[in-house]
Amino acid sequence: MTAIIAEPAPDRAASSRGPRRDPRRGRRRRRGPSAYAVLAALAALAGIMLIPFVVVVFNALKTPAEYAEDGPLAPPGGVHLDGITDFWERVGFGQVLLNSALISGSVAVLAVLLSVLNAYALGIGRIKGRTWMLALLLLANTLPQEALVYPLYYLAKQLNLYDTRISVIIVFTVIQSAFGTYLLSSVLATFPRPLLEAARIDGANRWQILWRVVFPVVRPTMSVLLVFFFIWTWNEFLIPLVFLISQDNQTVSVALGVLQGQRMMDATMSSAASLLGLIPTVAFFLIFQRTLSRGLTAGAIK
Amino acid sequence: MRTDRKVAYLPYLAPGLVLFTGVIGIPFLMNIYTSFTEWPGVGTPEWVGLDNYAKLAEDGEFWASFRHNALVIVGMAIVPTVMGLVLAAALTDLIQRHFGPRVASVLRACLYLPQVLPIVIGGIVWSWLLAPDNGAVNELLEAAGLGSLAHDWLGDPSTALPSVLVVMVWIQIGFPLVVFMSGLQRVEPSLYEAAEMDGASWARRFWHITLPQIRPEIFVVLLWTTIAALKVFGPIYVLTKGGPGGATSVPSYYSYQNFFDKTEVGYGSAISTVLTLVIIALTVVFLRFQHRDLGEEER
Repeated sequence: MTAIIAEPAPDRAASSRGPRRDPRRGRRRRRGPSAYAVLAALAALAGIMLIPFVVVVFNALKTPAEYAEDGPLAPPGGVHLDGITDFWERVGFGQVLLNSALISGSVAVLAVLLSVLNAYALGIGRIKGRTWMLALLLLANTLPQEALVYPLYYLAKQLNLYDTRISVIIVFTVIQSAFGTYLLSSVLATFPRPLLEAARIDGANRWQILWRVVFPVVRPTMSVLLVFFFIWTWNEFLIPLVFLISQDNQTVSVALGVLQGQRMMDATMSSAASLLGLIPTVAFFLIFQRTLSRGLTAGAIK
Repeated sequence: MRTDRKVAYLPYLAPGLVLFTGVIGIPFLMNIYTSFTEWPGVGTPEWVGLDNYAKLAEDGEFWASFRHNALVIVGMAIVPTVMGLVLAAALTDLIQRHFGPRVASVLRACLYLPQVLPIVIGGIVWSWLLAPDNGAVNELLEAAGLGSLAHDWLGDPSTALPSVLVVMVWIQIGFPLVVFMSGLQRVEPSLYEAAEMDGASWARRFWHITLPQIRPEIFVVLLWTTIAALKVFGPIYVLTKGGPGGATSVPSYYSYQNFFDKTEVGYGSAISTVLTLVIIALTVVFLRFQHRDLGEEER
């Protein structure tokens, strides 16, 4: 999940910067047999990496009978969506998908807002003790969730928040904003002071300065954070697994993980589950890729 | 006057302070406290001092889980970093220059794809590929005439952990690759070309150009992936549940078991406290090392 940070930027760099420097470079070079050997080896490796995806798609489209007869490697005889619809109904996948979207969406928005407020106080307000507060935030980022999960579970039960989506939203809003605050604070620490002074002289109060002066400058960074928080929360497992026990509240990862843990799925249903689990993330990846690369380049302007 | 102005920013920090205290601060301290108690999760925790830690020191399962975790670090951090370096260098130095950036970015996208999956979904895919009857891996071996190698990969204690590690490499490889490739974009292509013209072999270019140029990325990737390896939970949960017979148990899964299956909360918190200390110590050592290394470069 973390890897998405680095993904979009190089894509742009590779496809746009390379040719601009020397458009004929690729064609002009001699391609020795060793270069072809490396290409073949890499293509083979890429193929191996993709095999699991191909096998998943094949078998998600098979009927159980077809699977029993031809085994997992044969391509499907036709497109059978029975496995997928069976699975969809069995876990109430629509609801599960909605839960994931609701939790991840709320966390993304709330965590970004919380990060901005914190970072405004720490980065621009330079509140006393901010150095150790930032050190604590860094610590909070490396903390394993195992060290928080039982007390959180216990507290949620005491507060009657156990098995509610709101409990998971609160917890991840805070966990994600530990990272967001840290990042935005360091961005805002370098915010041009004269801009703030000018706004103050014009009679703007702190609230107005935050929204009219600071906000527009950090907006690109915020949109990148928004996307990260969404995807990271979508992919979370341990805390949602502990907190969300009823199927009506579960996220995609939890619903599929629990079903898998019970060893209750046959092969075609398992691959249908995998396919349904991977479609949304691949979709996000394609949708968000542009936002991310735009955000990262725009964020560089200080 | 100055302090006055700073205090005026406090309201902006207040919600954050309250939430951080409630969701991270207090639970973290509670976890440390319960690690000194015996507590089944209900009633009042009974203070037992360092008993849990003494028990840990003698618990073979606990030490085994850390040994497995060391291997998981190899599978999730070291192997992907090394492979990522070689692949990033090959894609940047050879493929991109000889066959154009488009070929390189298609190959990179293929290698990266497993990274976009939620780690749990990746685990589900593999537990099914590795299934003993009718699993794709065994079928593939049959088809290749290697039927005798077919195996209950995740069910046999001797192959369970290696199988999990292979899955982890498959999941992780894309992360170092894209970070290193983006780092290598900083390197002037002319540097490679000049070196090539001077007769420097691919290995020499890798060693003298690629590695020094992306040293900061190597540090970050190693730290990040090592921490991720120490926290690994989801793949173990869906692939093996720590089994068979604890053969793939890791500290994070072992603490989960103590919390929720055995309801030995005190013991579970002792495990997670040790895990936390290991992660913090590792982070500090890494950051020190990185600081010194980068500092020397500036001098």
